[in-house]
Amino acid sequence: MKAAVIVFPGSNCDRDAATALELITGRKPQMVWHGDAALPDVDVIVVPGGFSYGDYLRSGAMAAHSPIMASVKAAADKGVRVMGICNGFQVLTEAGMLPGVLMRNRDLKFICRDVLLRVETTASEFTSAYTKGQVIRIPVAHHDGNYFAEPAVLDELESQDRVAFRYCDAAGATTEAANPNGSQRNIAGILNARRNVLGMMPHPERLADPLLGGTDGAPMFTALLNAFA
Amino acid sequence: MNQTVAITPQIVAEHGLSPSEYDRVLAILGRVPNLTELGIFSVMWSEHCSYKSSKKWLKTLPTRAPWVICGPGENAGVIDIGDGQAAIFKMESHNHPSFIEPYQGAATGVGGILRDVFTMGARPVANLNALRFGSADHPKTRHLVAGVVAGVGGYGNCVGVPTVGGEVQFHPCYNGNNLVNAMTIGIADTDKIFYSKASGVGNQVVYVGSKTGRDGIHGATMASAEFSEDSEEKRPTVQVGDPFTEKLLIEACLELMATDVIVAIQDMGAAGLTSSSFEMASKGGLGVELDLDMVPVRETAMTAYEIMLSESQERMLMVIEPGKEDIAKAVFDKWELDFAVIGTLTDTGRMVLKKDGAVVADLPIDPLAEAAPEYDRPWTPGVKHPVIAASDVAEKPWAEALKALVGGPDGSSRRWVWEQYDHMVMGDTVQRPGGDAAVIRIHGTAKGLAATSDCNPRYVGADAVEGGRQAVAEAWRNLTAVGATPLAITDNMNFGNPQRPEIMGQFVEACQGMGEACIALDFPVVSGNVSLYNETNGQGILPTPTIGGVGLMPHVEASVGIAFTGTGQALIAIGAEGSWLGRSLYLDVVCGRDEGAPPPVDLKVERRNGDFVRGLIREGLVESCHDLSEGGLLVAVAEMAMASGIGANLTVSGPDLHAKLFGEDQARYVLAVAEGKAAEVLANAEKMGVPARRIGSTTGSDLVVNGEAVAVAELKAAHEGWFPAFMA
Amino acid sequence: MKAKVHVTLKSGVLDPQGKAVSHALTALGFDGVLGVRQGKYIELDIAETDPVKAKPLVEDMCRKLLANTVIENFAIDLEG
Repeated sequence: MKAAVIVFPGSNCDRDAATALELITGRKPQMVWHGDAALPDVDVIVVPGGFSYGDYLRSGAMAAHSPIMASVKAAADKGVRVMGICNGFQVLTEAGMLPGVLMRNRDLKFICRDVLLRVETTASEFTSAYTKGQVIRIPVAHHDGNYFAEPAVLDELESQDRVAFRYCDAAGATTEAANPNGSQRNIAGILNARRNVLGMMPHPERLADPLLGGTDGAPMFTALLNAFA
Repeated sequence: MNQTVAITPQIVAEHGLSPSEYDRVLAILGRVPNLTELGIFSVMWSEHCSYKSSKKWLKTLPTRAPWVICGPGENAGVIDIGDGQAAIFKMESHNHPSFIEPYQGAATGVGGILRDVFTMGARPVANLNALRFGSADHPKTRHLVAGVVAGVGGYGNCVGVPTVGGEVQFHPCYNGNNLVNAMTIGIADTDKIFYSKASGVGNQVVYVGSKTGRDGIHGATMASAEFSEDSEEKRPTVQVGDPFTEKLLIEACLELMATDVIVAIQDMGAAGLTSSSFEMASKGGLGVELDLDMVPVRETAMTAYEIMLSESQERMLMVIEPGKEDIAKAVFDKWELDFAVIGTLTDTGRMVLKKDGAVVADLPIDPLAEAAPEYDRPWTPGVKHPVIAASDVAEKPWAEALKALVGGPDGSSRRWVWEQYDHMVMGDTVQRPGGDAAVIRIHGTAKGLAATSDCNPRYVGADAVEGGRQAVAEAWRNLTAVGATPLAITDNMNFGNPQRPEIMGQFVEACQGMGEACIALDFPVVSGNVSLYNETNGQGILPTPTIGGVGLMPHVEASVGIAFTGTGQALIAIGAEGSWLGRSLYLDVVCGRDEGAPPPVDLKVERRNGDFVRGLIREGLVESCHDLSEGGLLVAVAEMAMASGIGANLTVSGPDLHAKLFGEDQARYVLAVAEGKAAEVLANAEKMGVPARRIGSTTGSDLVVNGEAVAVAELKAAHEGWFPAFMA
Repeated sequence: MKAKVHVTLKSGVLDPQGKAVSHALTALGFDGVLGVRQGKYIELDIAETDPVKAKPLVEDMCRKLLANTVIENFAIDLEG
């Protein structure tokens, strides 16, 4: 599996994503500077977390118009897997590759902590190594993770089995208290219609190494690896 | 000279120069300075830049050890951590700016300390911060807490450096002067460390980073003046931080540092272009000529005075060899940062500033630096307080006392604070906030760095010698408790007005105590910062020498946290039984008495007990470990229980049960060890002459003392509940 | 000429910041505040001097970058 990690000015989880990818897949991903219009030939593209362009104007807004994003879109249209984590999710929504928008957290504060997610679908190459309904522990670290879309869009996401993860409690219930940021319908991650683009606010790359306190994020990378085995 | 403002005594006074200091200015120049020159003298001789009141005593602190590569005097301290790597770190205050504009004050404090570290060639890998606010019921406190915490997070999160530890305290002495002490640790290769000493006549002086505006003019002088009620009027001088530019600046500088282009580099911190250019030239024994028309500015019609004194953030000054500008410029162009050659190094020993083709300042560098005032301020020793016997302290039911301690402003969880900080970015955080010390993996290695920040101002206020010793000892103990070898400290000396002999006495005595502890524990000072005049309307803060400690572990996976890891483990207390309630949290919170002498620190015992505990951790005999500090044994055990949800059953017999449970005697730890290893640990302790005793086991979900139980969940609700309720 | 762009949240989109401001105003004793919506004000200095040409140009900027039309509306004032 060949992977690339996009680096924007202000990206800061690019190295973390690369480290996790290398740890799980055994292969260093290529780091691609946003100013390059051309993408290397890869199977997986990670749009990493951070504060691209300082999150000024709106999180992800300026990065979404960076030269490299046209290539990322074109690659996704050809079926290349694109995974947007945190700021990467914000970039993908701003670029129109995923529906909806990520607004300021309900409590207006930045939140960094482990949250519990319920795996809503295993019908994707990102989530196939989990079981449906499984509760996993993954950290969030964001200020703008409050997922919003029109009710019709949310209904469509649900009817097409495109919600990948929802915030939940230990029993798997998607309660208001388990929702860290006010996201509609507790949505933490979604897929595009073709199911090859995933955006999620939590950081699976941060819990892929047992030394860091857990490995619930690792199956995301294992699943991708298996897809190319 | 094109500046015709007449230099009146009033203008001199507004620049914070005393009449005798101004006489010295006249003597050095042999003429009356113009306004720009006066401004330069003013900032260079401010307390903040010159350490004029503190230098005499700071010099007494031990700064050497075989592993110290660079001690105080550079942008940050450097220690050898093996395998060709160095840890570079420093703590710095941004107290006054944070009081006036808490968000930006705290944010730019973080930005400034980050630059101190990456300017030396290190990639910043961890931030810590020590925050002290007025009493929780003071009307301004919540606003300040909210702003400072958001500012620390807003900057650190965006830059992508994890904020892994720190401390938050409340005390009425900080009502008018909160403390914001920020610390950064970076990692560099020992053969790629950059210093600020300029060299090479004819070399280019290069400005990089953000453009210069009118921000923070006179910030350095402000940080050296007492507050009065009208200080809110100083608001316009507060700088605004741009963490996005800082992130680009980090990447650009590190990219350029990988080449051989940079001769010297210095960040523009307090006093901006003035102190950076001055210090670089002064250290190199050279002169410097700057063309201020070349300085990138973002506002129109900026004067030489404003350009030299601006404290706009995210700027650096470098010296590079002629002919290498293109290499450097290409890097900064890539990162879309300003880059300008603004001058050259000369052999004149003078700083010559030009603007619009005319010389606007011409100052001798060495005389100005050497003649910087240095005061031996009068001081009086602190008044010693009587030792309070445990039998003279009311004994309250332990459960009630414990709930008050862990659920009050001082002892409650700081989760509300550190969850606003990204403490996991960079993917190396092994021990997250909330324990004794944070532990990060050194990226790409099996090694770990531990870091902590500590001070108990109530101890220091009661006895500055003992309190100074204790602050250093506690930092050492916290590093030990995670399994690290403590290597060095950075000190952030926050005090009141040094022109008052009793305040100067606190400073002198704290230095004495700290120095003793540093020597006894092989724990030298490698960097630091002094913040004086933390005083409003004559009310000074408690003396607060914040200690930032750094330790090393060869195998980071051997580190332990405070959370119990299972039931059925033996709990072993290391060190003497609790007896000392003077200045304890129990006496203060439960009995309402902030009295007596603080607990004495026996540095030999400290070292012996700590070395023993670290050895056990390294041998893998310890499941979890917590040092005993505020609140003593029972608070420590409760914190271990609350962090895990696992209970404990303790047997601690009286008399003076309150002192045994809540006494704050020093050099103590509590360990959880596998039941099967308990005998071995106790036997080892005996062999080493370390007091150790079995006090109970981990079990169930209640904390039980002598048969009486409190649910851990109930304690946790109180512990976790206080801060969110306070801020709601 | 100057283009003054106001970006506001569409009605119906939850505005947590506006809610917080409203709450704070009430706490300060301003009882008559019925609602608060927070937006952005962006001032552009553009080379185009013909308002007829400037209008669609700035509208395009708004749609492409300055506003996220999933949740935001924009209004443009041209001056000078």
